[in-house]
Amino acid sequence: MVLEKIFPSFMKNDKAGQILLMILAVVTLLVSVLNLLVPESSIFHVSTYTVTLLGKYLAYALLAVAVDLVWGYCGILSLGHGAFFALGGYAMGMYLMRQIGDRGVYGNADLPDFMVFLNWQELPWFWSGFDMFWFAMLMVVLVPGALAFAFGWFTFRSRVTGVYLSIMTQALTYALMLAFFRNEMGFGGNNGLTDFKELLGFNLQSDGMRIVMFVLSALALASGYMASRYIVNSKLGRVVVAVRDAEDRSRFIGYKVENYKLWIFVFSAMLAGVAGALYVPQVGIINPGEFSPLNSIELVIWVAIGGRGMLYGAVIGAFVVNFAKTYFTGVLPEVWLFALGALFVVVTLFLPKGLVGLYDQMKKNWRPA
Amino acid sequence: MKALENVREIMRRDRVFDFVAEERLPFSGRRTVLPGELDLAGGPIFYLENINVSFDGFKALDDLTLYINDGELRCIIGPNGAGKTTMMDVITGKTRADSGSAFFGQTMDLSKMTEYEIASAGIGRKFQKPTIFPEHSVFENLELALSMDKRVWTSLFAQLTAEQYDKIDEVLETIGLKEQKMLPAALLSHGQKQWLEIGMLLAQNPRVLLVDEPVAGMTHQEMERTGELLTSLAGEHSVVVVEHDMNFIRSIASTVTVLHEGHVLAEGTMDEIQNNQKVIEVYLGE
Repeated sequence: MVLEKIFPSFMKNDKAGQILLMILAVVTLLVSVLNLLVPESSIFHVSTYTVTLLGKYLAYALLAVAVDLVWGYCGILSLGHGAFFALGGYAMGMYLMRQIGDRGVYGNADLPDFMVFLNWQELPWFWSGFDMFWFAMLMVVLVPGALAFAFGWFTFRSRVTGVYLSIMTQALTYALMLAFFRNEMGFGGNNGLTDFKELLGFNLQSDGMRIVMFVLSALALASGYMASRYIVNSKLGRVVVAVRDAEDRSRFIGYKVENYKLWIFVFSAMLAGVAGALYVPQVGIINPGEFSPLNSIELVIWVAIGGRGMLYGAVIGAFVVNFAKTYFTGVLPEVWLFALGALFVVVTLFLPKGLVGLYDQMKKNWRPA
Repeated sequence: MKALENVREIMRRDRVFDFVAEERLPFSGRRTVLPGELDLAGGPIFYLENINVSFDGFKALDDLTLYINDGELRCIIGPNGAGKTTMMDVITGKTRADSGSAFFGQTMDLSKMTEYEIASAGIGRKFQKPTIFPEHSVFENLELALSMDKRVWTSLFAQLTAEQYDKIDEVLETIGLKEQKMLPAALLSHGQKQWLEIGMLLAQNPRVLLVDEPVAGMTHQEMERTGELLTSLAGEHSVVVVEHDMNFIRSIASTVTVLHEGHVLAEGTMDEIQNNQKVIEVYLGE
């Protein structure tokens, strides 16, 4: 088949993943063409609003893959992955703030608006370098990575596991939220960073740039997915699953379990950071709300609903839940949180393997015995 | 020169004391012992001396002193709570002794090593309950156990070599699970899981196999096969078996050590043990 020629060898047993990536490629291409080349009057035109919305979902899907890596494969239920996403977003946001230059409300070329408003005289040290794109992009992965490393170093070494670890990750993101809410922190406080103008000199509001961000998100999701697939198919992936299923046994056959956990945790945090960096220019704002514990719990729910430990399940879950969210919050805003809660209960009780598991089950039942 | 050799013979250390072990240098008279290398010049492979372990006041090990020889098949018996499993925990680094010394060979201080260091030094352990990786196939279980560089980055790019495939096949042959090679380990029977776990130990290429209750819950035939397996492994490896089943021990044992309340009560062949008055009182007589 053609598929076998397109995909690298480590993808060959991942039929669902191949299909998923093909769909992703086709939809990305189609949406871009329908947005740019079909006139607005035509019913086939895809609005720029939809493009941005899809781009946002793609960033979420990448985030879900990151969560699935640590939760589905390594058994670390992180209820604080939103923190890494938000940190990546903030790194991107800081670059976009510096790009505004003197076009802000106060027209100060050196300081972002909120600093002028706070009567700050000069840029804090931790903002230096963020006017350079490459530096900001480095920080997008390094900052979440470093936080995950520090956090993982202490917790995995002290063999904190299970629900205690989950609570600590939750506390981590909550603490960061409180910190980022403070104006003195120098990240825009309550309002966060917003009013972005351009990225690398291209106007973020233009249709062309919207499409570019959308396509970049699709590419990031595809490469993040493939990298994750490579990892879980490698021996490292098998060790990580072994740690999940029998931690003591893996220790006694000579694996330094905490290093494996740390590695996968840091990688996942970096992936989440990239997702955050793609998310921010598309929605046009990053504020401390992204650190809220609720967000992190919600993204665990995406993975649970899609089906964990499969990677493509996480992608499907992120899309399904977010489509539902967009729809319900539009039609019946009060109902959404209840619907999400009910969905989670139903999935945990009846669909331990999520929607993907449900599909597999149905396929099995319908096949003549 | 003769006099010098006599002095050396007198000064020969069959036991290693803490302060000596620290200072042991390459020029110790006999031959060079590299760091991390197992020194068996003394004979025994394990030196456990005056080990005490207590949990909340309960003395799990009480001044335990035990030597186990290289290549030996040793059975450890004792009533519940005699400290058998705790002893294994101390050897494998899962539990730290409150006092006393535990040496692997003459130079490796087990109390200063972590679990994975102990494992890679050549001590493999089978747990009481079979612990295997249920979602991995039998083959993958053995692959993971195989002795090789087990660091994170090497694992990311690791590919099995032809010799490693051969080694896995050899182990599959030994434990008799060739036909189940590709089966997820969760689907194996209880006895097969026990064998797989022993196979995982073998794949590690260990000097010592610590086997905790290998025949618990096995059928008679499975028990027999396990006995054969363990006796065939002794010699090339040292095998330490903790077991409750007296018939099983009688069928395999060379030397038996009886533990009671955290220390060694008696040691000898099965016959000697069975006629030992103290042992009859605490264990066999019940």
